[in-house]
Amino acid sequence: MSFLTTLFLGIISAALVNNVVLSRFLGLCPFLGVSKKTSTALGMGAAVIAVITLSSAITYLIDHFILRDKLVYLRTIVFILIIAALVQSVEIILKKKIPSLYKALGVYLPLITTNCAVLGVAIDSAQKNYTFAETMIYSVGTAVGFLIAIVLMAGIRERIEHNDIPESFKGMPIVLVTAGLMAIAFFGFKGTIG
Amino acid sequence: MKQNTPAERLYNGIIRENPTFVLMLGMCPTLAVTTSAINGVGMGLSTCAVLMMSNLIISLLRKFIPDRVRMPAYIVVVASFVTVVELLMQAYVRSVYTALGLYIPLIVVNCIILGRAESYAGKNPPIASFFDGLGMGLGFTLALTVIGAVRELLGSGEIFGIHVMPEGFEPVSIMVMAPGAFFVLSVLTALQNKFKAPSATNKGDKFCSGACAGCMQKDCGLRERSDEE
Repeated sequence: MSFLTTLFLGIISAALVNNVVLSRFLGLCPFLGVSKKTSTALGMGAAVIAVITLSSAITYLIDHFILRDKLVYLRTIVFILIIAALVQSVEIILKKKIPSLYKALGVYLPLITTNCAVLGVAIDSAQKNYTFAETMIYSVGTAVGFLIAIVLMAGIRERIEHNDIPESFKGMPIVLVTAGLMAIAFFGFKGTIG
Repeated sequence: MKQNTPAERLYNGIIRENPTFVLMLGMCPTLAVTTSAINGVGMGLSTCAVLMMSNLIISLLRKFIPDRVRMPAYIVVVASFVTVVELLMQAYVRSVYTALGLYIPLIVVNCIILGRAESYAGKNPPIASFFDGLGMGLGFTLALTVIGAVRELLGSGEIFGIHVMPEGFEPVSIMVMAPGAFFVLSVLTALQNKFKAPSATNKGDKFCSGACAGCMQKDCGLRERSDEE
């Protein structure tokens, strides 16, 4: 397979077939909590893409050069600290250097420190012994999958708002039913990649 | 019941503030691993072990950890115990370890644990904190087992791997797949709304929003803390 085919298949597989929220249940809190409006969902999705891409690159390097041989058991501790520190420093740098971008993404940054998708992607690609290129494809794909899922969800929720929902299903239950139906739809992608 | 006694803490964690049914915390593992009752038990007990130990240690260290760096300090304590539990499971209960896979290291970011550290263990004595962790952990285990049992029963007609449904029962296999988790939880929250049971989902905008960190800043009984500041 040529490089482009691998790249394309990798991203499709991580974003759609094994969607991070709808089939692996990572990053569920922001998915349910910050999906009331499309604009905020977009902001959250963009922030997640930035953080996941950066953190997987850094955790890969640290894992590859320091932890892989003898210190594998330190992965969890080191990775979570790296992610927390990274999110903090990104926030500080953005605030100082690019205030406009900080205004758009800033509010979401502290919220993703403990988003399990970020740590999940880092640990998963380390456990599967991915190469650097594979790690990057996998993490970008996953983050794009998160963006797709949360934006779709926000779009649907904006419409649901004005519909006639049974009393008991108002609020969280109808959102969960929607998520379930979306999960079924994403199930359809299974089998597209052999 | 008297406050902060071991029995009161256990009752609080299992019934009154059940982390899954009432506080609606730690949704990622709740949905992801409850494909069968036994997985629910495994996840619940490993979280319980981490919760007990981290609550105990954080409570012992509460006078030494400076307030400004308490979050990173808590995270290190929790992550260490998660690593210990992970290694123990890898050594002794290999099958559960493989079934839960990625979700074991992810116990670190389970908001129940950091939530209890922040709202309880950080300001209460060790014994009470330990039992708070035990109660919350058992409540979580109970909830995961129940959800896992329901999904396993509908999805494959079994409970704990033992066939219980009659011959003619056609398993609804979607229930043990990803979408089924959402449906079970939505029916559960709808029932809570219907019967006005106390739950984070029907008390306005209390559902853990943003992420685990977000819910920590906003809720999880943290209002007392923010009032102090």
